Amino acid sequence: MYKYDEIDQTIVDERVAQYRDQTRRFLAGELTEDEFRPLRLQNGLYIQRYAPMLRIAVPYGMLSSKQLHKLGDIASKYDKGYGHFSTRQNLQLNWPTVEDSPDILAELATVEMHAIQTSGNCIRNITTDQFAGVAPDEIIDPRAIAEILRQWSTFHPEFALLPRKFKIAVSGTKHDRAVVQAHDIGMEFYTDAQGKMAIRVWVGGGLGRTPILGSVIREHLEWQHALTYCEAIIRVYNLHGRRDNIYKARVKILVKALGIDEFKKQVEAEWAHLKGAPNTITETELTRVSQHFETMPYETLPRHDAGFDTTLVSNPAFAAWVKRCVHPHKMAGYRAVTLSLKPHGKAPGDASSKQMWAVADLAEQYSFAELRVSHEQNLILADVKLADLFALWEKARANGLATPNIGLLTDIICCPGGDFCSLANAKSIPIAEAIQMQFDNLDYLHDIGDIEINISGCMNGCGHHSVGHIGILGVDKDSSEWYQVSIGGKQGNDASLGTVIGPSFAAEEMPRVIQKLIDVYIAERMPEEHFIDTVRRLGIAPFKANVYTKEGAAA
Amino acid sequence: MSNLIKLNGHTASVAEDEWLLVSLPASEAEERKQAGKVVLFKLTGENTVTNKQIANTVIPTTGKVIVPLSVFIARKAVLQARISKGEIGVWLSTHEVLEHLIKSQPDLNGLPMMAIHVERFADGRIFSLGTLLRTRYGYQNELRAFGDVLRDQLYFLKRSGFTSFQIRADRSAEDALASLNDFSVPYQGAVDEPQPVFQRYNRAV
Ligand code: SF4
Repeated sequence: MYKYDEIDQTIVDERVAQYRDQTRRFLAGELTEDEFRPLRLQNGLYIQRYAPMLRIAVPYGMLSSKQLHKLGDIASKYDKGYGHFSTRQNLQLNWPTVEDSPDILAELATVEMHAIQTSGNCIRNITTDQFAGVAPDEIIDPRAIAEILRQWSTFHPEFALLPRKFKIAVSGTKHDRAVVQAHDIGMEFYTDAQGKMAIRVWVGGGLGRTPILGSVIREHLEWQHALTYCEAIIRVYNLHGRRDNIYKARVKILVKALGIDEFKKQVEAEWAHLKGAPNTITETELTRVSQHFETMPYETLPRHDAGFDTTLVSNPAFAAWVKRCVHPHKMAGYRAVTLSLKPHGKAPGDASSKQMWAVADLAEQYSFAELRVSHEQNLILADVKLADLFALWEKARANGLATPNIGLLTDIICCPGGDFCSLANAKSIPIAEAIQMQFDNLDYLHDIGDIEINISGCMNGCGHHSVGHIGILGVDKDSSEWYQVSIGGKQGNDASLGTVIGPSFAAEEMPRVIQKLIDVYIAERMPEEHFIDTVRRLGIAPFKANVYTKEGAAA
Repeated sequence: MSNLIKLNGHTASVAEDEWLLVSLPASEAEERKQAGKVVLFKLTGENTVTNKQIANTVIPTTGKVIVPLSVFIARKAVLQARISKGEIGVWLSTHEVLEHLIKSQPDLNGLPMMAIHVERFADGRIFSLGTLLRTRYGYQNELRAFGDVLRDQLYFLKRSGFTSFQIRADRSAEDALASLNDFSVPYQGAVDEPQPVFQRYNRAV
């Protein structure tokens, strides 16, 4: 993974010094709360319901063992001994103090980490596929360009104070796992007819209050122009995006207001001036950064491992885990492993310091001392030998990290919601926990098969509810907490937005509602058909009918 | 005491101000200055400043003055002699359209002073406007930021081509000087340093 040189280190160190002084001025009363807000936000510090929240950047989801170890240390020293991995592949601490925040950033800087632009109206953390570099369906490893984008976006002076947050995702696989269509800019890498690396650029997607899938603004962009083309898009947005209403300030609203054709026209006119400018990426720079992401020193291994095959047959619990948590790898004899942060009845995405230390050690022992954070809020060891899987499983299990539920109903994506977030209409974590307990039967879960439930505590949609196969959204009715349910959303190449099934529900009804939806699926599914496909085939009517039948009518 | 910071090459200092800022008289009409609506202004030609305001703007008859863009465009003929003497600068708000200025004054370097008013700290349009003035339109003379200008914008303003900064009256310009140098090595190319870091250094792995 990318390693800092002196320049990178100087920049994060100077950032710590700058932020320390800003915090000092705030605490001394030299900066008002209003003036401090944009400054602290661009360093990841929110003031939320009960305490500040600090969001630490994990660029494109990559972490080293050393870094995760440090995160565990920080969570135990400055927080209550745990952290929350978010859908932005970042780590959030829920209980730090404002006074401690500069020290936390200083500690992060010692392991080449920061919280730069993890919040606020600026270019945010760049996200990508958690299997980048190891996925068998990968066409291009997008991480080098992601790192080049990270550097370019860091303190970009022209885009320091945008109308609203701005999210960029990159992906280089056949099956999009980075949700490029749900980002302000999505960059889909492919190999063009000349055999060169090219980018299909999406713009104007987003999952907040007005969920919209992006549109293609450019089918073919040579990689050299990735930065200048982004500059053209963001410049048009910076000048013309709305600043009067935060709910209408994302680029997707501008794209919709102008229409993609007019927006594209303006962007292309801007780009005509920027194309070939000094920010054009050079071959040398791409080569330099790419060297950090070169393939690991893999051993040459056979496709099969006898010990692994035997254990698979003799140990059904292990087999169940392999089925859900172990993923194909481009190298023979290797696998990628998801460590589930979704044990039943616990807040999705939470990890204790002890678990962070344990995962750091596992990565060191079994996966070249590197790991990834997925936007589904789990941790990934990307390069594990087949022969090591059983030992890894036993250790992961001892640390509560081997719930075999990846991709199953209880692998719920969930935002922090009303327990932590001051914007929330409703709590989301207890809903996730209640659903997990309702379906706390692994055989049944495996029978239900692949399904994604996404929960957001408000319209901002941090839990990506609108692309959940089942989406749950906290709404406020007469200042009590209600939940609106949609079905038929999906991420990926054939992404779609869910349809709301009807009036919302009280919290205690939610497990029953999910149960009713699943009952329809079980009764109606065709062989091998997943929940989402049954919904697409039948439409929402039969599901709606079953949920809102007389005896179970919503209040 | 002046609250103006001026950049001179790489050194910055608090300096006396030889320019007088001319404001528009208050308008009775509700102002429409949201960016989203600027798109509409472009389509409809609707103006944010009334003719009455323009006519009623009082411009001192001597000395160096910075006049609002709308006044400059409407009363240019009358100001022409003073423009030639280098006594007239122009200021605009972040929602105004640069092309209007260029149409009226194709050679921006005929103006010794341009200023941009930022009403709220969080309004980052000022950075794009500065960048465009310096790169697209080749403006080379003094470029000033005024309004809600606080020290934590200075680094970005400097990088976007601004060379003087009127710090908000209730804050110390002396204190603010330090923030111009918050960072010593920028990653990306911008106005003050067009080359990105990968063009400036040989960054070995
Ligand atoms: S979706 Fe709403 S409640 Fe949940 S984290 Fe985002 S802003 Fe907070």
